Amino acid sequence: MNRHRWFARGWLTLGYLFLYVPIVVLVVFSFNSSRQALTWTGFTLDWYHALAQDEEIINGFLLSLKIAALTACSSVVLGTFAAFVLDRYRRFRGRTLFGGMVNAPLVMPEVIIGLSLLLTFVSLEKLLGFPERGMLTIWFGHTLLGMAYATVVIQSRLREMDRSLEEAAMDMGCRPHQVFFLVTLPNITQALAAAWLLTFTLSLDDVVLSAFLTGPGNSTMPIIIFSRARLGLDPRVNAIATLTIVAVTLAVIAISIMQARAARRPERPKA
Amino acid sequence: MTPRRAPWLLSGRSLVIGLPFAWLLLSFLLPFLIVLKISFSEMDISNPFGTLFSYVDDVLIMKLKLGNYAFIARDELYLLTYLSSLKYAALTTLCCLLIGYPFAYFMARASVSLRPILLMMVMLPFWTSFLLRIYAWKGILSNDGLLNRLLLDLRLIDAPLQIMNTPVSMMIGLVYAYLPFMILPLYANLVKLDLRYLEAAADLGATPWQTFWRVTVPLSRSGIAAGAMLVFIPTIGEYVIPELLGGPSTLMIGRVLWDEFFTNNDWPMASAVTVVVVLLILAPLVWFNRYQSDQDRAAPGRERP
Amino acid sequence: MPGPVIEAGQPFLQIQHLQKDYAGVRAVDDVSVTVNKGEIFALLGSSGCGKSTLLRMLAGFETPSSGDITLAGRSLTGLPPYERPINMMFQSYALFPHLSVWDNIAFGLRRDRLPRNDIAHRVEGMLELVQLKQYAQRKPHQLSGGQQQRVALARSLAKRPQLLLLDEPLGALDKKLRERTQLELVKIIEHVGVTCVMVTHDQEEAMTIATRIAVMSEGRILQVGRPDEIYETPNCRFVADFIGSVNLFDGAVTKDAPDHTEITTPEGRHLVGHGVNLSVGAPVSIGVRPEKIDISRHAPPQSANVVQGEIVNLAYLGSTTVYHLRLASGMKLKATALNHARNEGLRPATGDQVYASWADNAMVVLAQ
Repeated sequence: MNRHRWFARGWLTLGYLFLYVPIVVLVVFSFNSSRQALTWTGFTLDWYHALAQDEEIINGFLLSLKIAALTACSSVVLGTFAAFVLDRYRRFRGRTLFGGMVNAPLVMPEVIIGLSLLLTFVSLEKLLGFPERGMLTIWFGHTLLGMAYATVVIQSRLREMDRSLEEAAMDMGCRPHQVFFLVTLPNITQALAAAWLLTFTLSLDDVVLSAFLTGPGNSTMPIIIFSRARLGLDPRVNAIATLTIVAVTLAVIAISIMQARAARRPERPKA
Repeated sequence: MTPRRAPWLLSGRSLVIGLPFAWLLLSFLLPFLIVLKISFSEMDISNPFGTLFSYVDDVLIMKLKLGNYAFIARDELYLLTYLSSLKYAALTTLCCLLIGYPFAYFMARASVSLRPILLMMVMLPFWTSFLLRIYAWKGILSNDGLLNRLLLDLRLIDAPLQIMNTPVSMMIGLVYAYLPFMILPLYANLVKLDLRYLEAAADLGATPWQTFWRVTVPLSRSGIAAGAMLVFIPTIGEYVIPELLGGPSTLMIGRVLWDEFFTNNDWPMASAVTVVVVLLILAPLVWFNRYQSDQDRAAPGRERP
Repeated sequence: MPGPVIEAGQPFLQIQHLQKDYAGVRAVDDVSVTVNKGEIFALLGSSGCGKSTLLRMLAGFETPSSGDITLAGRSLTGLPPYERPINMMFQSYALFPHLSVWDNIAFGLRRDRLPRNDIAHRVEGMLELVQLKQYAQRKPHQLSGGQQQRVALARSLAKRPQLLLLDEPLGALDKKLRERTQLELVKIIEHVGVTCVMVTHDQEEAMTIATRIAVMSEGRILQVGRPDEIYETPNCRFVADFIGSVNLFDGAVTKDAPDHTEITTPEGRHLVGHGVNLSVGAPVSIGVRPEKIDISRHAPPQSANVVQGEIVNLAYLGSTTVYHLRLASGMKLKATALNHARNEGLRPATGDQVYASWADNAMVVLAQ
């Protein structure tokens, strides 16, 4: 049995090393005083200073943040609609088509989605003079993708929710829309929050759709990082990486603590 | 006395279904039709896509350039690229499974207090920017990168290994990026495995190895399927990893489409390839969805005695 | 809008030719029944018999395929659940997890837009009734099963419905708790005076709580009556067999007189103390309940309604003993006897040949 124990530990350790070595490398070399970022020459905060002066990246970051927040909100709203329709209405005309369209972005390569949307926007622009490619079009594309993910998350929660709660609400005098807002929604908040975070992260990190749908002067942070990465290595990117990693780590830890606290509930009395 | 149809179901329902349906049609059907139209047109320098219809001398002329599709059918490149994408996707899925399954298994069998931490440590890379993590591998795998420096300093090699921009580096990137997608559903499945099945197997005389292959693995089938789908499907259309870590010999459909579009500026050609790829993906998708809704309809639902 | 005032005991809920079909399966088959005001009416049957579907049609969650439901003179057909003066206590209680006990009970009252003082008054009254005043601010997951049930009951009574529906009310409780709760439940319902329809598969629950019972099977109502009527005078084999235990003898009528009937079965001659209005030779079944049978080592002084057999199994249950006999004809007989005496020697044991006998008014005759 001991052999198995060591094998398990070994496998897990190697696995985690594989997952974390690149992350550690990113962080370590953000403090490296050499431009080449591949040999350690000394500790420095120069790259962070450079980052603070880098207007392009800061603007890109703010733009990405804005788009991500908007995307998360629109994805959750549309996703709730779609999840509700798919879970509650089993039979209606075009249900297969509806379900297919909701799930399709999960299966399509982003290049294809980006390409199709771009051609559409260009055609529309020629015809109607609107929309101009930029933040709006990126938001649209991100929402298309985000809605698909949000629907999956929310639908799985709706599916396992106790239906008798909604019947009880109707029994108590709630009209259908009241049932949704007073009973259904409060009971799926965790799924809504998860969907929001998921689509936010997705949008913040997206390269392909943003590249296709962006307009002049509207580069999101991933686009900037991507173009710099193609050219070579840039320690400022390491600095961004470190900041991101710190932020995500803090968030993950905070959420874990919140969940652990919520799980600790007062004891049930007997009878 | 015949009962009235409950009217309270109808109007609200139509609205709730109608709104998202309309949005979906707009964001799906419209782009697809436009792409379809463009795929039939000529590449034009002044006008990125030519016009299909023209009305001359009271005659409505529709020019369909089928040449784009003919080219796709004739040119080996597209077929090769598509098959190559499938190949790399399958390889990636296999590697993720081989690494990820034991990983998830050991995670699930760890002590109860340790599991949340192990899970959190897998979630962290998952939530960290994917682009940045791939960028890190550039630093590690390039000719003057970390790995080569380490091997040179340890005198294990004489000259730097050319790993960067090869299928190997791309595979490392793909497996690295998609490993959490394989681990998480597998873990979710394995952690719910009732240990009593394993006890029953042992009671009936199975060795741990036999128990693993005959009880654990079959029971985790749905987790394997979920993980495989989550890795295989997105990998086919990957662009970023092949672009940053791959090379000229790594043919992936994502890159080909991008190059066709941005580099060659042949939008009709790119549209034609898009239409073909969409149809290749749509057919199994429609079948899968119909299969799903048949399953849903066959399920007992709310019927109670 | 209130209908005509109806006195207690008068017909209150009319179900007429109600039918429900699901994709080729008839869940409820032409059911007609009348429930009187103030009574507790039970729908009793095993799973799949249609009782829950019937209840859900009363609540408005299912639409009947045909038929009509009238409550206090007003037709309910086509009315959605939120417009019916009916409230239901769900089997799973369905308490809103995100609301406190107080808010759960007040939920329905708030939908009616009652003034805040009235709502507070009603809720306090309900909490008093179910004795949960000190738990008002707790959330459902902080309560025990029995407490959750009381909240569910309070919530369903808060709106003073004309009809209360109970879906397997005691199903989720363990045995000890069930006994205590049964009596409390009846007390509260009678105190409030609301007409009640309940659904259960548990005979004991139905017999304890209900004023009248409807036995259902395969979507149809087989018999409606008080508990003693159903038990002592079942109208068919199924009902006789479903409620409690019964020994069934199959035979034919050999003599039919106005005041007595003679029936012959492979086990012997049976003399029933009343006429049955069937022709001689008609096939019938005779049902005798186990507790009506006397077991003795010596032959009793009667020539009919007596059989002989060997005790093949014996279960000592403390207050009673259950005897399983095998008769000469091969039929198995079950008899229950109170353990009057403490002395074991007086009681028959396994393997003994004994006589089983019963009175001429202890049988019920069922047409086959």
